[in-house]
Amino acid sequence: MLGSIRDLAPIIAVIVFFQLVIIQQPLPNVLELLVGVLFVLLGLTFFIHGLEQGLFPIGETMAHAFAKKGSVFWLLVFAFALGFGTTVAEPALIAVAAEAAEVAASGNMIAADEAAKASYANGLRFTVALSVGLAIVLGVFRILKGWPIQYLIIGGYVLVVILTLFAPVEIIGIAYDSGGVTTSTITVPLVTALGVGLASSIKGRNPMIDGFGLIALASLTPMMFVMVYGMVML
Amino acid sequence: MNLLTILTDLAQTMFSTVTDVIPIAVIIFGFQFAVIRQPVPNIGKVLTGFVWVVVGLTFFLVGLERALFPLGKLMAQQLTDPVFIAGGEALNAVKQAITLSWQDYGWVYLFAFLIGFSTTIAEPSLIAVAIKANQVSGGAIGIWGLRISVALGVAIGISLGCYRIVVGDPIHWYIIAGYVVVVIQTLFAPKLIIPLAYDSGGVTTSTVTVPLVAALGLGLAETVPGRSPLIDGFGLIAFASLFPMMSVMAYAQLSQWYAQRKRPEAAQS
Repeated sequence: MLGSIRDLAPIIAVIVFFQLVIIQQPLPNVLELLVGVLFVLLGLTFFIHGLEQGLFPIGETMAHAFAKKGSVFWLLVFAFALGFGTTVAEPALIAVAAEAAEVAASGNMIAADEAAKASYANGLRFTVALSVGLAIVLGVFRILKGWPIQYLIIGGYVLVVILTLFAPVEIIGIAYDSGGVTTSTITVPLVTALGVGLASSIKGRNPMIDGFGLIALASLTPMMFVMVYGMVML
Repeated sequence: MNLLTILTDLAQTMFSTVTDVIPIAVIIFGFQFAVIRQPVPNIGKVLTGFVWVVVGLTFFLVGLERALFPLGKLMAQQLTDPVFIAGGEALNAVKQAITLSWQDYGWVYLFAFLIGFSTTIAEPSLIAVAIKANQVSGGAIGIWGLRISVALGVAIGISLGCYRIVVGDPIHWYIIAGYVVVVIQTLFAPKLIIPLAYDSGGVTTSTVTVPLVAALGLGLAETVPGRSPLIDGFGLIAFASLFPMMSVMAYAQLSQWYAQRKRPEAAQS
């Protein structure tokens, strides 16, 4: 609880400072604001508690179990299912996909009716989910093989730059943003625990060097896939 | 505000959080039972943990929705309002075109910096990764050191992103230049930090940061003359994902440099 108060203090300070000193208007609905802040505090406290009791342990025990079982195939299937399944349901992605459909419609890339927009948005969502699923598979494979992450990431950047040259201008901003919105608050701890758990249960892997990096891949592949989607759908 | 609306809010958010968690739970327990075929150790504790996560996220989201987001959006609108930016004396001239240069948006950049920093400090995903990194590194990577350097990266990224919206430069030049810097830093940064630095780009932008930052970007793109919210309003999140990679590597480079500088001195004395 004390920790959560410390976590939130900067936001409160920034808002109060700007509202009172720069904008110079009284805070609207002070009571509502206080209740909201209290909820955020409680929520953060409970979440962190649940993280340490539930998400971290299950992620790690599963990683250990897969490593002991030694079935690469099932591990990769699990990795894909986790990436795809959690991304398809991600609310932030649903919101971004809807906005992207608006952009595409206003740029005359697709028809402006609701059906065309909905199918464009759904296509985008599945494209991003597929790319995140593949990214986690690739990331897990990397942990098994012990490849250095920087080659994958830099190679990915080069591809992103090349694709940028050919992608429609309207899609570029959204494509870049979709890399950032894919990994949700529940997925991040799970995927991190999975990576670190795998790296620590395989001989010769360092959890620090090999365990991290899954999120980075999951943020990179959607950029490429969304740009390709933008080009194909043009 | 009354109790009833708060309770309905909580119930609705709880429902949507549960629907978010269900696919994850199905995948995890499905694989656990069908493929791993072993009982989960401490299943009771893990399930209680899931319940805490759902309850925690519910309260967190309802609180954000009721208090911080409306306020953040209101402030973004007020700060990007040409009347506020041009100052009181321009009030009468609002109807005529106000010509503003990028320097006039000083408060916007400062607000972007501070809101980026403070929301990142409160970001639950980043807290999770920082806890894990601290455990794995045996304490060598401090939870606060990581969180502050990521938050600084987001802060710089978002204020630069706002500057880009104001001047209207194409986003890809910034992102590509950022990539070049990241690649160069990768060559010199301590090996242990590289995967973590890459990851910290992806974790910064979730529950808290995305809605506030998106509101700021769209607000700016709507009010700055000649900008289209649809084209220029996006891209802030990409900036917020790119800069933490640089700042985390810079943090590791600085602490390594500091440690190296100290060592010879200690040997001499």
